[in-house]
Amino acid sequence: MSGGTPYGGRQATLEALKIDQPAAIVGQVAAARARGRFRFRLVFAATWAILIGGLVFSLAAAGRIDSAFLGVWAPYILGGIPITIFVSIFSIAFAIVLATLGALGRISRHPVIYAVASLYVSLVRGTPLIAQILFVYLALPQLIPASSDVPVIWLGIFALAFNYGAYMTEIFRAGIEAIPRGQLEAAQALAMRDRLIMRRIVLPQAVRIVIPAIGNEFIAMIKDSALVSIITVQELLWRAQRVGQSNFRTLETLLLAALVYWMLTLVFSIVQARLETRMAESDVRL
Amino acid sequence: MTATDARPRDPFARPGKLTPAGADPIVRLEAIEKYFGSNHVLRGCTVEVYPRSTICIIGRSGSGKSTLLRSMIFLEEPTAGAVEVDGLRVEADPLTGSRNREYQERIRQVRLRAQMVFQEFNLFPHMRVIDNLIEAPIRVRGIRRDEAIATAENYLDKVGLRDKRDEYPARLSGGQKQRVAIARALSMEPKVLLFDEPTSALDPTLVGEVLTVMEELAHEGATMMVVTHEMSFAMEAADLVYFLEEGTVVEVGPPEEILGSPSDPRTQAFLSRFIGPAGATR
Repeated sequence: MSGGTPYGGRQATLEALKIDQPAAIVGQVAAARARGRFRFRLVFAATWAILIGGLVFSLAAAGRIDSAFLGVWAPYILGGIPITIFVSIFSIAFAIVLATLGALGRISRHPVIYAVASLYVSLVRGTPLIAQILFVYLALPQLIPASSDVPVIWLGIFALAFNYGAYMTEIFRAGIEAIPRGQLEAAQALAMRDRLIMRRIVLPQAVRIVIPAIGNEFIAMIKDSALVSIITVQELLWRAQRVGQSNFRTLETLLLAALVYWMLTLVFSIVQARLETRMAESDVRL
Repeated sequence: MTATDARPRDPFARPGKLTPAGADPIVRLEAIEKYFGSNHVLRGCTVEVYPRSTICIIGRSGSGKSTLLRSMIFLEEPTAGAVEVDGLRVEADPLTGSRNREYQERIRQVRLRAQMVFQEFNLFPHMRVIDNLIEAPIRVRGIRRDEAIATAENYLDKVGLRDKRDEYPARLSGGQKQRVAIARALSMEPKVLLFDEPTSALDPTLVGEVLTVMEELAHEGATMMVVTHEMSFAMEAADLVYFLEEGTVVEVGPPEEILGSPSDPRTQAFLSRFIGPAGATR
């Protein structure tokens, strides 16, 4: 997108351009670069179109895709999209809360708080996510009977948030520790107390540092949210698999689900890029 | 020369501005010691500053001058000694101080009285200039917002940056940033201003605008402690110059004496690095 893309093609020398006035060089060079960028994007788009179009065409031509079947069932499968997004958004939101607490714990000088936060991170990162999801669904009711009354979707959200919270704890901690020492000293010199320094000086700056990483985590979450299909949350993948298996047409349904996940991640990547640009407002230089 | 010679060696015994009749020093650093591990950085530094006077602390890099200034507001915990600012005395307590609430509160009170301007400006990049200036007055000193803004704008005027009120620091030049940092310190209405090599991070062409503001402040009667390599500033604005070497105050005196005709060979050696007599550099 930005500079640094290879232009390819001829490299115009000054002689070849036959320029009378030096000022004209600037315009010509800019135009040549723009042409180079345009050509690069054109070839890029064409390559994708050929690869994807070829795949779809060959599948369709071989009669492997039953479009009539998809026509009937696609609305039901696509109905899983809001559930996938719902799970992802609530999971990442709770994960952010957990990660903020976790990060504050991980930088705490209080040994007990530090120990609890460290145990949380270590335990969660040391066990498979799928095992954590199954644990919440299958094993937790044995421990806390009331948990079997909680809708599975919230059990799934809890498991995902708990897991992502631990990974994001380390991201947030790194973000907090990336704030230059001088910022803390300036705040201390202004006679600010520790808590105020954290709330007004450190965290707002850490958020900016961490935003791109949160975006990445959210995109990963969209895909990992598919794991809660195993505990019967009726999101995108669960529906695709269910419909596909009962009709022996998993090729169609799983392809559709994969395509939707891909589109979702593309859309949120763009949203993330926009957000980053806006957050960088205060960092604009002269 | 004769005028200089006639002065008693003890600067605090001198009559005049530095010891106004009946006045006590507003700052007293008493025998400050500082170890970084086994590195003995400050070896019993004693400094006194009288109200409305400016002192400059000079010396080589590593002589401990920045550490001394930072110890004064406990950005470095002094190993031993005492700090007294405007009647508030805090003795070094490196063993139990960090766990003592009441002690931490006293340190905070010292910081309210002595505001620091840093070499690297340390403005808050996520806040506009005006918000940098009113943050601590409102949230620490409990000043009403409109009052804090009026005070802040007044000090922005003073440093000539009223028009940058709503800019983010990243859009300012180094010199402008440092002037905002000075205004931020002034907005706390401290008793003493501390400057830790305020022009060392600046492009040479931007040093002047910062020094001009500082000289104005000095002449208006602000109490200032300035760690600097700018001998011309010391000559122009300082009432007293402290020369530090290896964590010790080697020599104290009025600038024309310390910079013009230093008596200690270590001071002479240090100043010989600067071209000609320091007074002539401006």
